Amino acid sequence: MARVSFDHVSKHFGTVRAVDDVSFDIVDGEFICLLGPSGCGKTTTLRLMAGLEQPTSGRITVDDHDVTFAKPKERDVGMVFQDYALFPHMTIAENIAYPLKVRGTAGKDRDARTLDVARSLGIEHLLERRPGQISGGQQQRTSVARAVVHKPKVFLFDEPLSNLDAKLRIEARSFLKHLQVELGVTALYVTHDQAEAMALADRIAVMEGGRVVQMGPPLDVYRKPLTTFVASFLGNPPMNLVPVRLRLDGASARLEAEGLEVDLSAMRARLAEQFRDGAGLTLGVRPEHLRLVPDVGAATLTGTVYTVEPLGPETLITCTVDGQLVTARLFGDEPPDLGHTAHFRIDESHLELFDESGVRVVR
Amino acid sequence: MRLLRLVVTRAAFYAAAALFACFFAVPLVWLLFAPFDARANLAVRLPHPFTLANFGKVFANAFAVRALFQNSIIQAGGAMLLVTLLATLAAYALSRAPIRGKDMLSYGLVLFSSIVTGTAAMVPLFLLIYSLGLIDTQLGVILVFTGGLLPAAIFIMRDFVDSIPRSYEESALVSGASAWGMFRDIALPIVRPGMMVVAVWTFVNVWGGFFVPFILLRSPANMPASVAIYSFYTEGGTPIITLTTAYSLLYTIPVLALYLFVNWRYGFRFFGGIKS
Repeated sequence: MARVSFDHVSKHFGTVRAVDDVSFDIVDGEFICLLGPSGCGKTTTLRLMAGLEQPTSGRITVDDHDVTFAKPKERDVGMVFQDYALFPHMTIAENIAYPLKVRGTAGKDRDARTLDVARSLGIEHLLERRPGQISGGQQQRTSVARAVVHKPKVFLFDEPLSNLDAKLRIEARSFLKHLQVELGVTALYVTHDQAEAMALADRIAVMEGGRVVQMGPPLDVYRKPLTTFVASFLGNPPMNLVPVRLRLDGASARLEAEGLEVDLSAMRARLAEQFRDGAGLTLGVRPEHLRLVPDVGAATLTGTVYTVEPLGPETLITCTVDGQLVTARLFGDEPPDLGHTAHFRIDESHLELFDESGVRVVR
Repeated sequence: MRLLRLVVTRAAFYAAAALFACFFAVPLVWLLFAPFDARANLAVRLPHPFTLANFGKVFANAFAVRALFQNSIIQAGGAMLLVTLLATLAAYALSRAPIRGKDMLSYGLVLFSSIVTGTAAMVPLFLLIYSLGLIDTQLGVILVFTGGLLPAAIFIMRDFVDSIPRSYEESALVSGASAWGMFRDIALPIVRPGMMVVAVWTFVNVWGGFFVPFILLRSPANMPASVAIYSFYTEGGTPIITLTTAYSLLYTIPVLALYLFVNWRYGFRFFGGIKS
């Protein structure tokens, strides 16, 4: 258990800024997900924490101890690698016991602790096998066992679920979350899967181009994305982003695009402070906040049905609106037919606005 | 008609294959039979009369026995240990260190290696060993062979080292291992099959090497078996077949034994890769 702090940490590889001035604090026992597309610097950030890379500048502390340039073995971390990195020439028992062995734990304690951890992870029957003889899911558990066996202060995960098939992944996800809560260990988890991050994290740090763009509890980041990048990265399908023009006249304010008109007169004063009439903005709305309405009268958005995807509990309707694809998530409604016109109403309390540079407009 | 043609072509194929096999097998069979033959000559025949006296005479030659069971073992074994150790460490460094053009370096070294142990380099090598004061020492022979065989050995080892995923080593480091511990616990066991290949290959090369010890060594007490075999020649320079073959048979045994041991204990593989 530990508090971790990144203080203006940067890591450059030649001219590439893999991690660019990243700062955040992790409180004791917190589960943090670093989320972003490949090349965003999330894995490098994790490796900086593990001591596998050294920062170009900045400071990393664990419980107020400076570990910026400490070797991995001086940090007391446990790490689960994407490929699990189990040692092929060792048995599962030897793999799990390895951190204890290099720490000089006595043989008897080592065996007892190994068995203990293996039992809690449900792999005690595999101890004599080798990594090549067990399944992917079992390898993943072995890898987790090896990471926790010496009771590390910080738990590090580098996309540990990406090599599992879809069904196992969800199972392993619940299992990891349960384990982390049970152990109460501070965890830093890297993933490019937003659903994984949403499900696991106490807080998500969304990264782009080596920087942390937004950090906060999953639902906050989901509901109030700070930029269009975050908005388009979280959620499946992601937030709809439609370019619109702002119309300010008299006492009214409207957002306009072809097939779309939203009345924002209630916040005219705020908008008029920041923007001029005719300003180009981006409207953001989550698929679940579009409601199918029967006729154009009540509609704020009208489009032609492009695809209909029934997923069981919900149906995704994608329409073309002014050349853009807009997706709505419907529960129970009878979906419109392909090629027909569909009318939607946008729930205004869940509508987000982004300015020209893609930054969220505070309302 | 078609059947006949099939039979004829088959028969011709087997005849050709048998002839080809004989070409390689006959000298080996001869080496197996001649030492036990009291009147051996260049003909391949069952030993008649059968005798072990040839071996008795070979063992009576103290110079040759010492050459085979001491000097050859020291020289081949010494070079084997040195080459295997250095090649493993060098291959590891070449594989992991961010050196630009390291592939070119590896290929270049392999090309050079064939030159170093070659005849052309013998004069400079002799001068080098002379100025190091290592003429007529086993160490001199070991060093020359090591220098000559190392590049190719590094080349072989690199393939094995390259096949170890970095994450294995990083995982060991994060588990708390030191750099040396990581190398010893993870990298070394995984590349061991490669080390065995290099070890046996080096041993065989030095074991059979004639020219380098012949030039660099002076005193009979230091000569390896490849040179000492000339003590079974008549003064006129013709080999005494009974004795040279007996000695040659003894000469092959350590190599065979080493190969069989390594194959039994570790298995031979000439490529990298993780066997799990």
